[in-house]
Amino acid sequence: MKQILYSRRVAPYVFILPFLITLAVFWVVPLTRSFVMSTQEVLYGEATFIGAANYERLWGDPIFWQAMYNSLRYMVLTIVLLVPIPLVLAAVVNAKIGSPRVKAFFKASLFVPALTSVVVAGIVFRLIFAESDSAMMNQVAELFGFGPVRWLRADLTGLAALLALALWRWAGVNMMYFIAGMQSIPTEYYEAASMDGAGRVRQFFHITVPNLRPTLVYVVTISIYGGLAMFLESFMLYAGNNSPNNQGLTVVGYLYRKGIEENDLGFASAVGVVLLVIVMTINLTYLLATGTFKKQEA
Amino acid sequence: MVAQPPTLDGRPSRSPGRRPAPDGPRAESSSNPRAPRLSHTAGTWIQGAFLLVIAAIALVPLLAIFVGTFQEGNEVIRRGISFDVDVSALNLDNYAMLFTDSGPYFRWFGNSLVLTVVQVALTLLVSSFVAYGFAMYDFPGKSLWFVMVLLVMTVPFEMLMLPLYVQVNDMGLADTYTVIVLPFLAQAVTIFFFRQYFLGIPKDLLEAGRVDGVTEYGIFFRIVLPISKPAMAAMAILNGMICWNNFLWPLLVLRTPEKFTLPIGLNTLLTPYGNNYELLIIGAFFSLIPILILFLAFQRFFIEGMTAGALKG
Repeated sequence: MKQILYSRRVAPYVFILPFLITLAVFWVVPLTRSFVMSTQEVLYGEATFIGAANYERLWGDPIFWQAMYNSLRYMVLTIVLLVPIPLVLAAVVNAKIGSPRVKAFFKASLFVPALTSVVVAGIVFRLIFAESDSAMMNQVAELFGFGPVRWLRADLTGLAALLALALWRWAGVNMMYFIAGMQSIPTEYYEAASMDGAGRVRQFFHITVPNLRPTLVYVVTISIYGGLAMFLESFMLYAGNNSPNNQGLTVVGYLYRKGIEENDLGFASAVGVVLLVIVMTINLTYLLATGTFKKQEA
Repeated sequence: MVAQPPTLDGRPSRSPGRRPAPDGPRAESSSNPRAPRLSHTAGTWIQGAFLLVIAAIALVPLLAIFVGTFQEGNEVIRRGISFDVDVSALNLDNYAMLFTDSGPYFRWFGNSLVLTVVQVALTLLVSSFVAYGFAMYDFPGKSLWFVMVLLVMTVPFEMLMLPLYVQVNDMGLADTYTVIVLPFLAQAVTIFFFRQYFLGIPKDLLEAGRVDGVTEYGIFFRIVLPISKPAMAAMAILNGMICWNNFLWPLLVLRTPEKFTLPIGLNTLLTPYGNNYELLIIGAFFSLIPILILFLAFQRFFIEGMTAGALKG
């Protein structure tokens, strides 16, 4: 027995065994169960098969569609903000001029927000976007001639607060990805381009951006799934899962409300299955469209 | 799957040849030495000012909460965090309260600390063990199983939480630390990172071990692990952060207040009827301190660890 366990044919399986067990017990079983439960009505532990009824209910549920709209909107807008802004910041930091100390300080300052927990970040942003006219964002609004804004009471201003939170926490991390990517672009490319008379801006669009493609693909991919799966930011900012007219409700928030708060497991599972299918479809489509898999096979 | 940013393969790829000289302005070597130098300094100033302004904006929320620790909690909650600070009203009352009369705060803090240390140690051990199997052996089914690792990385936990929650309740594991730790020991990103690192270790080293009669597992524990400290450090930081800040899963499984971790405890203070806002603000600030200290000491490993995901593309 010992000899078998120690042989070179068996050892690799022993090494990956913890992963296989985790995969089976904590991924395959729950996900399968999720599919099964989504076709059931689960009441007090009694499950009855009801076919696609949960999905039909979902289809006709305006709150679900609102949550879906909120999640998609948040995903699109975080990509719109969290790709170009960090990219430009990375390009500025990566420029050959400038004091290394200023740059190091800058990088550290932008990175620190990513170390905060969503709880602390949510508490702070809730207070920055408070309703009183002395709250920080209202002081800023006043500079531009706006009266005190009740940020978290209205849809668009609430969204602005959520996006500010996301930008604050993740701009630094995305910037680091881009800086790492930029450092692997051979300097000869830039030298050749400047000999040909290309300015900084043209170099950025014609050398930096195309060569960062793998990094860009990665950042967009995590933004897609991070955006669609967003829940805790909203949960903390609105101090709970309820927001005015459900303006902060996301798909995961709805799943949480139905499954955990209202114990409607069958219906909540259907929400989860739909979300999983959407995330996987968008991600796979995106990766196929950008040719990522082809490169992997090569 | 594609992206391989240079710093992430375990070794810094900043090979001397490729690294731009720190202040090597190419422009200055051009035929007209004066004009480019002028624009060079102007550029430096503009860039410096720009970077410092952005850095200041990024630091405002943290400075604000720091200032908040010296203010009266109910005031802060009522008025919000503000730019205009009444300096004469700042005091140390909250600090006195924190260290004498903060109820369960340090219990939460301690729980988080213990849980983080245990979880990180076990995750590093289990995940590197798995990664070694993927990196050092060829075996039937290897690529299939490795694709599963990649797949697991792309499924957000939020989609798993409900069935996992139901399952944990059925298994009678709810409200235990075991269940907070157990599902995440073989952690996909960490496995991936270690695999990448192990691939860079020369196979001769393993053969030498085998010749000396070391077992397959002995090679991992006695030869490979000791030379993997840089990867360990980066992953300890990444997992340490994840555990210390972990909120959603503990929120679902923990019920007993004595078992609450710091984020869960802080969240309980954030109620509309709260009477403990002092503790909320100073408590939130103190929860940042361990991480900030580690960050200042080990910045490089933080950045390496937190951007580790880019490997997977």
